Amino acid sequence: MGKDLREILSFYKGDRSNLIPILQDIQANFGYLPENAILEISKFTKIPESEIYGVATFYAQFRFTPIGKKHIMVCEGTACHVKGADQIMEGIERYLDIKEGETTPDLECSLESVACLGCCALAPCAMVNEKVESNLTLKDIKKLFSKNSK
Amino acid sequence: MNNNMNNNEVALNIDGLQIKANKGITILQAALENNIYIPNLCYSPYLKPGGACRLCMVEIDDGRLVTSCETPVEQGMNVVTENSKINNVRKLVAELLIANHEVDCLTCAKNDHCKLQEIAAYLGIEKEKLGNLRRVLFEIPKDTSNPFFDRDLGKCILCGICVRICRDILGVSAIDFGFRGYETRITTFSDKPILESSCVSCGECVVGCPVGALVPKNTLQPSREVKTICPYCGVGCGIYLGVRGNTIVNVRGDSDNPVNKGNLCVKGRFGYNFINHPKRLTTPLIKRNGKFIEVTWDEALDYIARNISKYVGDSFAAIASAKCSNEENYVFQKFTRAVMGTNNIDHCARLCHVSTVAGLGKTLGSGAMTNTIAEIADSACIFAIGTNTTSTHPITALGIIKAVQNGGKLIVANPREIDLCRHADIWLQHCPGTDVVLLMGMMRQIVDRELFDSSFVNDRCENFNLFKKSLREFDLDSVEKITGVNKDKIIEAAKTFASSKTASILYSMGITQHSHGTDNVIAVSNLALLTGNIGKPSAGVNPLRGQNNVQGSCDMGCLPDVYPGYQSVEDYKILEKFQRAWDCKLNKSSGLTLPQIIESAHDGKIRAMYIVGENLILSEPNSSHVIESLEKLEFAVVQDIFLTETALLADVVLPACTFAERDGTFTNTERRVQLFQRAIKPLGSSKPDWWITCEISKRLGAKGFDFHNTKEILEEIASLTPIYGGIFYDRLEKGGLQWPCSDAEDNGTSILHMNQFATENGKGKFLPLSYKPSAELPDNEYPFILTTGRSLYQYHTGTMTRMVEGLNKLYGHDFVEINPKDASDLDINHDEFVRVISRRGEVKAKAKLTDALPKGVIFMTFHFAETPTNILTNSAMDPISNTPELKFCAVKIEKDTE
Ligand code: SF4
Ligand code: SF4
Ligand code: SF4
Ligand code: FES
Ligand code: FES
Repeated sequence: MGKDLREILSFYKGDRSNLIPILQDIQANFGYLPENAILEISKFTKIPESEIYGVATFYAQFRFTPIGKKHIMVCEGTACHVKGADQIMEGIERYLDIKEGETTPDLECSLESVACLGCCALAPCAMVNEKVESNLTLKDIKKLFSKNSK
Repeated sequence: MNNNMNNNEVALNIDGLQIKANKGITILQAALENNIYIPNLCYSPYLKPGGACRLCMVEIDDGRLVTSCETPVEQGMNVVTENSKINNVRKLVAELLIANHEVDCLTCAKNDHCKLQEIAAYLGIEKEKLGNLRRVLFEIPKDTSNPFFDRDLGKCILCGICVRICRDILGVSAIDFGFRGYETRITTFSDKPILESSCVSCGECVVGCPVGALVPKNTLQPSREVKTICPYCGVGCGIYLGVRGNTIVNVRGDSDNPVNKGNLCVKGRFGYNFINHPKRLTTPLIKRNGKFIEVTWDEALDYIARNISKYVGDSFAAIASAKCSNEENYVFQKFTRAVMGTNNIDHCARLCHVSTVAGLGKTLGSGAMTNTIAEIADSACIFAIGTNTTSTHPITALGIIKAVQNGGKLIVANPREIDLCRHADIWLQHCPGTDVVLLMGMMRQIVDRELFDSSFVNDRCENFNLFKKSLREFDLDSVEKITGVNKDKIIEAAKTFASSKTASILYSMGITQHSHGTDNVIAVSNLALLTGNIGKPSAGVNPLRGQNNVQGSCDMGCLPDVYPGYQSVEDYKILEKFQRAWDCKLNKSSGLTLPQIIESAHDGKIRAMYIVGENLILSEPNSSHVIESLEKLEFAVVQDIFLTETALLADVVLPACTFAERDGTFTNTERRVQLFQRAIKPLGSSKPDWWITCEISKRLGAKGFDFHNTKEILEEIASLTPIYGGIFYDRLEKGGLQWPCSDAEDNGTSILHMNQFATENGKGKFLPLSYKPSAELPDNEYPFILTTGRSLYQYHTGTMTRMVEGLNKLYGHDFVEINPKDASDLDINHDEFVRVISRRGEVKAKAKLTDALPKGVIFMTFHFAETPTNILTNSAMDPISNTPELKFCAVKIEKDTE
């Protein structure tokens, strides 16, 4: 998390056209777009915060919560969908008590969906940090989190 | 159609019908003006075309389909609004919209007002058939957080009207399009409930929404509507009160009113529940053995007449109200002068703009806005100093937003980072109390750089050289040191202001409520004269006045030194005129000002007081002292709509009507006299203020109080007040008139001082100034500066607004706003209770940490009886206007450890 916000902004003039690059820079630095960062960008560029949020939500690449230590991406591609990816997602949501796109308050786990992970034969699957977990069932969910994997 | 067309018109043909239209308008506007319907969803007369819904497609000459809301009319154009090609497109679009729209019309609050329904019916689409077309909507929970309206985005058709209104008209931008594809929706920042966004609850988007996605919480439909004027602030917006039985059920903006053109702020639109509030005073009360007993009007009036007659002369004082009409104020000052034989009459203008009346009276000859609100939007430069316009005069602020959108420059001078700063090109964050220095510093730059309007200065002004000499003191270094504003910014502001074609200065209490308030006003006036910005459109010196009729109360002579129309009580000829008209002997010497009245009551010299619609205890500085003074009175009458903190101290309390139960005229901040009309019958046995005053006068044997209605009173006003000479009821029925309006032929004056100033010799007068520090500077013991102000959601001492539940939800208690660095030095956290202590008292409230304030300055409002800020403030006052220094006193802050 090298640079702080002011440092990042200091590279820009504050024009409207700077918005996306600034957002990308901030996400690269903080891992997500913190609310107060958006408020600062709003002051800096004079673009209203609602508009910045609107622009940022348009692009799938931006997140609004920090990534947890364990980042879970549930595949929602066709094959996984057919094999019950929805139930897996719901199961994890229930287990962690967060919704898709959110992070647990202790910043341990975050949850997201992705398009096909390319392991359709092993559907349904999910990626936990860098590792693909396959043939998931509801029973596996607990294991996903109890394992001491990093 | 015929040939008498003017140059601004074109003739075109819509569906074979020849019509004329103004150049520059769109096909859709031309059609609608001529009662030709073209389906449309994202069009709003107040906005630039959106072009989003594509329902307004029409065919033009070359067979092309165009969106009629975006295409301007052209000479000789042929337009077809309907054929099979168009209908196919429209049907497709409409079906898609309906398919994505939750259809439960019968329970929808917009039922019968919904544009989507209207269009479906027009195109012959059956909603039932569309049921199977609907995709499974992903659920968007209803947002019911706002106290006045709900958002049900399942019904939203993404026309974008609300987004555009909020951004382009309000300048608030609380909402925008967010997310993508199917999930596209209108969102707030971080998708939070609207209550937690920057939304100011104006309800404009609710009015604009064509479907049931934004609906007011209160959906009762009125059975009739009454055209009248908003009772809150000095902007004077036109409204329609919606009435059902004897209850006000809604308010909507009057789009024909030139002031607000249909727009309203949160108080005007939603703040009406005080009118029918169960706590309203409905019977006269007399205090016996320390308790209030309900009595009849006859008992109360006889009792007052008996007691008050003992105090004829200077032991009596009257406090008038800026909430009352011109007619009521006129009658009240006539009573004070003609019946009670004293000029001891004053009102809350003393607390706000008497510095303006005094300052501008000297330099320009007239203490009112020189220009009109509507002109602000066309100013090339706006200088807003000491006014938090978006909070205190929200509809005037819309003009500023528009000016900025039109490319005008905005300079804001304010110690706090107010909302306007976001739109400003230059923000001067000067230390509280250093306005004269800042302004004189700018003027020195303008003179040194020869950017001033020398022909205006030579031809129309006087005393320039003396003024110029006084600029010597204000070199950049000193100015920077005293004001804390960077030199470059001062130069930039000076250059921007002086080089703009038209520059308009707006100011308010940040200028006047100082021990040198009159100097501040003179500084503003000097700046306008220097740059030739008076007597032309979209320029001028524009004091924004607070109460809805504070301008009128001053005009009506509820001031100790002038009769109606600012005619001096010490001028022999004028005295004669009024003695003749009122058939009585009048007191030749000026009376006491409000602070002097309170002082004299404290000393026992004033022994009886008649207070109308003023909650002195909360509004005056140093409240404890005010309470003591009122307690010393032998006899006090208070007339109000609620039992206020002040009323509790009275011997007799009289129940007055609200604006909705009486009629008369109010004069707004731009000198526009407007008619307000009775909408319901008076609650309980409450009475109009003028009636009450007349009854008391008659019981004291006075002549000249036999008015039957307010129309007759206005006629008497016109006969004695030259600036109101041509203002009559029947003329006002057609729309307001701006004074001066000398006779029945005169259509009023929108811009003052066009050819000459209202001063005696017709010249604008420069006055030299020097820096005077505020009266109570911070020191080691009291290191902080307390400055006070208002919230958008509350009004004055809260007598009306605190009775409106929703407004309390939006701003229900006061905070102490403090810079986070100061807070951490004092170990104070957000939302923690702190004690604010001055030499006069102490108040406890929650801290709110905010970067909007510089270090060393804290901010509070004065709306709340629980946290009576004016216990703290200093009653040190301006020597000329007697306006107290409410914007500046020294305090200390302590963490509350209990
Ligand atoms: S109520 Fe007013 S401020 Fe709030 S979102 Fe609607 S238009 Fe914007
Ligand atoms: S909420 Fe209403 S005004 Fe706003 S986009 Fe949706 S339909 Fe249009
Ligand atoms: S701006 Fe003032 S007059 Fe207009 S609606 Fe708001 S409170 Fe009423
Ligand atoms: S669909 Fe899930 S891995 Fe391809
Ligand atoms: S009204 Fe013209 S595109 Fe919507």
